Amino acid sequence: MKIVVIGAGIVGVSIARVLSMYDGLDVTVIEKQADVGWGASKANTSIIHPGHEENPREHPLRSKLCVEGNRMWRTWVKELDIPARWPGELMVFTSSEEEREARRYVELAKLNGVTGVRVVYDRELRNLEPWVNPAATGAVYAPTAGTISPFEAVIAIAENAVENGVKLLTETEARRIIVKGGVVEGVETNRGFVEADVVVNAAGIHADEVSHSAGVEEEFRIRPRKGEYLIYDEDASVKPARILHTVPTPLTKGVYALTTVHGNLLVGPTAEDLPYEAKEDVSTTDKGLKLLSREASKLLKELPPKSKVVRTFAGLRPEPPKGQWLIRAYTDPWGFLNVAGIRSPGFTAAPAIASYVVQLIAETYDIQLRRREKWNPYRVGPTRVNGVGLDAVDSIIRKNPDYGEILCYCRMVSKAEVLEAVERMKTIGVKPTLDGVKFRVYAGLGKCQGSFCRWRVAAVLSQATGVPLYKVAVGAEPYAFGDVKVLLKGDPSASEGV
Amino acid sequence: MKECEVVVLGGGPAGMAAAARAAGLGLNALLLDNRETLGGIPLQCVHPGFGVHYFGEDLTGTLFAYRLMEKVEKSGVETLLKAHVHSIEVEAYDEKLVNVITREGVLRLRTKAIIYATGARERTLFELGVPGGRPAGVFTAGEAQLLMDLYGVLPGKEIVIVGSGDVGLIMARRFALENAKVKAVVEIMPWPGGLMRNVVQCLMDFNIPLLLNHAVVGVVGRRRVEKVVVAKVDEELKPIEGTEFEIPCDTVVVAAGLRPNVDLLEKIGCSIDQATGGPIVNDLLETTIPGVFAAGNALVINDLVDYAAEQGERAAEGAKLFVENGGLQTTDWIPVSRGRNVRLAVPHYMCTERDATIYARVLRPEKNVFVEIPELQVRKYVAAVRPAEMLRLKLTREQLKQADGCDKITLTVVPRE
Repeated sequence: MKIVVIGAGIVGVSIARVLSMYDGLDVTVIEKQADVGWGASKANTSIIHPGHEENPREHPLRSKLCVEGNRMWRTWVKELDIPARWPGELMVFTSSEEEREARRYVELAKLNGVTGVRVVYDRELRNLEPWVNPAATGAVYAPTAGTISPFEAVIAIAENAVENGVKLLTETEARRIIVKGGVVEGVETNRGFVEADVVVNAAGIHADEVSHSAGVEEEFRIRPRKGEYLIYDEDASVKPARILHTVPTPLTKGVYALTTVHGNLLVGPTAEDLPYEAKEDVSTTDKGLKLLSREASKLLKELPPKSKVVRTFAGLRPEPPKGQWLIRAYTDPWGFLNVAGIRSPGFTAAPAIASYVVQLIAETYDIQLRRREKWNPYRVGPTRVNGVGLDAVDSIIRKNPDYGEILCYCRMVSKAEVLEAVERMKTIGVKPTLDGVKFRVYAGLGKCQGSFCRWRVAAVLSQATGVPLYKVAVGAEPYAFGDVKVLLKGDPSASEGV
Repeated sequence: MKECEVVVLGGGPAGMAAAARAAGLGLNALLLDNRETLGGIPLQCVHPGFGVHYFGEDLTGTLFAYRLMEKVEKSGVETLLKAHVHSIEVEAYDEKLVNVITREGVLRLRTKAIIYATGARERTLFELGVPGGRPAGVFTAGEAQLLMDLYGVLPGKEIVIVGSGDVGLIMARRFALENAKVKAVVEIMPWPGGLMRNVVQCLMDFNIPLLLNHAVVGVVGRRRVEKVVVAKVDEELKPIEGTEFEIPCDTVVVAAGLRPNVDLLEKIGCSIDQATGGPIVNDLLETTIPGVFAAGNALVINDLVDYAAEQGERAAEGAKLFVENGGLQTTDWIPVSRGRNVRLAVPHYMCTERDATIYARVLRPEKNVFVEIPELQVRKYVAAVRPAEMLRLKLTREQLKQADGCDKITLTVVPRE
């Protein structure tokens, strides 16, 4: 049985991983970007939600899978060596109106079976979070909230899925679902036809277009909802212990402030609904960034100075009509599934969505699922110089001197780590790019944002892949234009690939 | 464990000058750099303007670096390249451990003194608060310069330069010389951020427009930069609504100033001056941690490389006194206070026992002024002061003696009238 999953975001790779547990399934993930997780999965708040913010009356499936996903992630992060912490969340209120609003989430927690959610005041609040704003009168505490490295999660799951036999085709864009006689035959892509008995549409923000091409859910439209973020340098002193959250109001969805697993203060998101056609607009705005500073200063005792902002970014969340996830298996065309409009808390729910979808495939298309004996649940993360003791650094350098050659000063990343990332990317079928390396080894995530290390990493990539330095890709585009002297002579081939 | 008297961190101009001087003074010194060659940033500076003060001739950056390398070699000082400092541990006031990552393993150096000459880093668009997309084609000026002049790679063809710092001005000319089109240099302040000679030689001579009082308020591009949005700013440097216009380009080069690299100093608890971004130092350039000296752009952003080298030598002299006497002698340190139109001044503390040099920058351009230190009865006429150009005041021991009993000395800029 051939299964094609469209989209290597968190939902797509999770489904692929769960599918890889079973015998007789030939699973291929196709992804239009050069790497996995470059859509909404990369640019989000990095939170594993407890599930106390989901209303089970309006969104029963979302609520159930969110709570289940939170539980499953605890196993997944261990099996897959994904950086994650479980500090709990405080929804901070400053007035009795806000308190009333916040208390609704205690009720929702009860309905959803989320444990430990309660209201905390004054001293307990300050014990839980010394960085909380003195104006805060209390908070709803949800101890099961966690934070994860979202891009590394997608990479880890993809690596594990490939290890278990899944094929990944990057730079492969689904153009159309091919249906004959009411039965799915495969996917037409920019790189040719990919045959499939079952096609799972997990195309994120573009999932509506894929669905339309299969002839189902013609009315279903996904709107991009932009979320902007501020990220501060790891040396900024403000580091909240918990995940802090403002109380959502009809006007704002609430802004979070938290310390990421990499030690940076992260503030966001905004929530701006964009027109349907703005599905690529990941620009930040002056207005959005100002709003974030304002909201974060309500949460925190103080905010680091603006000069400590190391990066601002925006992500596009796929917002389906009425916020309803569209998870459905079709019998016409036979073999097509939508896993579409997976807005927040999609990342949290991803492992649970994956299990649910695999069951759905089995039930709808009458497939007997047999667990593979040889399935490997484990994936080991990369070796890093930063954060381990000097003796440990010394011993890895003695095994491989490339660990002793530091390329990124801010995050102390060695040449060996970059080379390992290149190998890992090749292993799963991903073209080594500067961005891909950055998210795997953190070179360029520090305060200089790569102005010291990007050329060094590019030189290593150039050497490792045989591509000239200027042609090494940043994301989708080459780093530079070509050889200065050759370009001067007017040789057009020097600027090819631009 | 390797023992030394002074470890110099950073093989750029300040570090090379420091190491050569330290060796000349008879110290057992070790010079470290994390790249595969000494030289630091001037290596990638193929333009002239280096060495007029230090070597008495006008050299290119590359040649300046080479001359210093020769000096280092002649001095016989031991150098260690491809060496990354992992951490510094202060064991005692006259004993520090410098932990170094090399391809041979972790090297632990026990030293009495440290000269911290790690240079500066460039400010990024994020730090400037420029919103917009983050497509390919955004470079800091230093990265662009390195690509062009060390690797022979052309980073872009249609360029907008954000900020008019010296590196940006130099790069505007470099791009123009390589037939790339520099559309504009955009500067938020009412005056250029770089030296006047660079404004003339790099922009005016090449007909490159300099937009003062303008800010880049957005970078637009889906995959590669497609254009920037520029707006006029008001007196508070806020963009004025309705004045926005677009400049199509494929590359954005950020030249909006440098910040001293002080990560390791901060980690060991050195006090940092908010005005310079570098450590607080006395006249021998010793930081608030005894025996840890700073020089070059890690201390204060210099306009001329000559001053960085000069500071390196001064720090070496400080290290010599420190090592010889088991620490610098306790004395009445007199704080240097910033008076009218002075944005920053280094060193922060003076003593009355030896000659010293003050490096300072003004807040705003002014013509026809006196630069004064009233307490020392020092007064120097200057036809024009500009924020981009450093003020350098050499003070003799005799002049400084007059500060005996003063609770501070004040550097101030006053109109001639």
